[in-house]
Amino acid sequence: MNTTVADMHPPAPPVFYTREEVHHNGTLLGFWIYLMSDLFIFASLFACNAVLGTNYAGGPTASEVFDLPGLAINTALLLVSSVTFGFAMLEMARQRKRAMLIWLAVSGLLAAAFVGLEIHEFATMIAEGATPERSAFLSSFFTLVGTHGLHVTVGVIWLIVLMVQLGQFGLTEANIRRLRCLSMFWHFLDLVWVGVFSYVYLVGVLR
Amino acid sequence: MSQTTHSGSMHGGAHDAGMGEDHGSLRGYLTGFVLAAILTVIPFWLVMGHVIASKPLAILLVLALAAVQIVVHMIYFLHLNTKSEHGWNMLAFIFALVLVVIVLGASLWVMYNENANMMPMSPIYQQYHKGG
Repeated sequence: MNTTVADMHPPAPPVFYTREEVHHNGTLLGFWIYLMSDLFIFASLFACNAVLGTNYAGGPTASEVFDLPGLAINTALLLVSSVTFGFAMLEMARQRKRAMLIWLAVSGLLAAAFVGLEIHEFATMIAEGATPERSAFLSSFFTLVGTHGLHVTVGVIWLIVLMVQLGQFGLTEANIRRLRCLSMFWHFLDLVWVGVFSYVYLVGVLR
Repeated sequence: MSQTTHSGSMHGGAHDAGMGEDHGSLRGYLTGFVLAAILTVIPFWLVMGHVIASKPLAILLVLALAAVQIVVHMIYFLHLNTKSEHGWNMLAFIFALVLVVIVLGASLWVMYNENANMMPMSPIYQQYHKGG
């Protein structure tokens, strides 16, 4: 019968004429667009700080509360952590899991030290009476710098979770994609910090 | 130790050609680091050393150096270029940048005019609100 003849010749697998590479997917672009939306959050907080930055309401001024040597250490920590994360990505590309995990751990520790110093800075300021409710300047300062610090904290938590994943399942395609998203997040936060230390702290002391 | 093991990737520029598959190179990260460090040290030195007497000029310089450093981060750390994701990364970034400029610029402009056109304050209020 005709039907049995047809069953004997299963259809050939479909051929896709795509010019895109096999590993190409939309996650990285999607994550980039998320980062751009995050940029709007920071932009509006920067705008608040720009407008309210000198409204001291008779309270402490920027040059009185900011500790510039401490800021220099924090800036260095975040910059070095960005570079060591880059080293981890290079090891990932070379399929060297152990070296990659070591560089990721170094990046995570540097970022954790950054968050620790920032909490210490906030605690010192609050102990001196420079609390968020004291003036519009301090409200905008704590909101902007706190939002950035919260992002870094979330980044560290994400890194720890991903390191466990990498340790258990290795450099799978999904893990590589996640790592590349975290890498973008990490470098993006360092980029935002350039705006924070330049504008909020250094320009804040000057104006 | 780690420096010697890394030196191999100095020549790893070949795999950078793939679209959206840019992990950078050791040379790229180190160049970015040195440039970013220099562009960080200069503004700190300007402010902490009280190098420039004119405040507006010092503010302008600090902001200009920050802008340059942001471009350095974009190129060497985030690997932003016109080719990755068929240019959509760059397009999304330019769109975001336009909105950021509008939000920041317009906020400052509007609030500056609000302040300049505000009714004169009573002397007692002004005493507590210097620069308000």
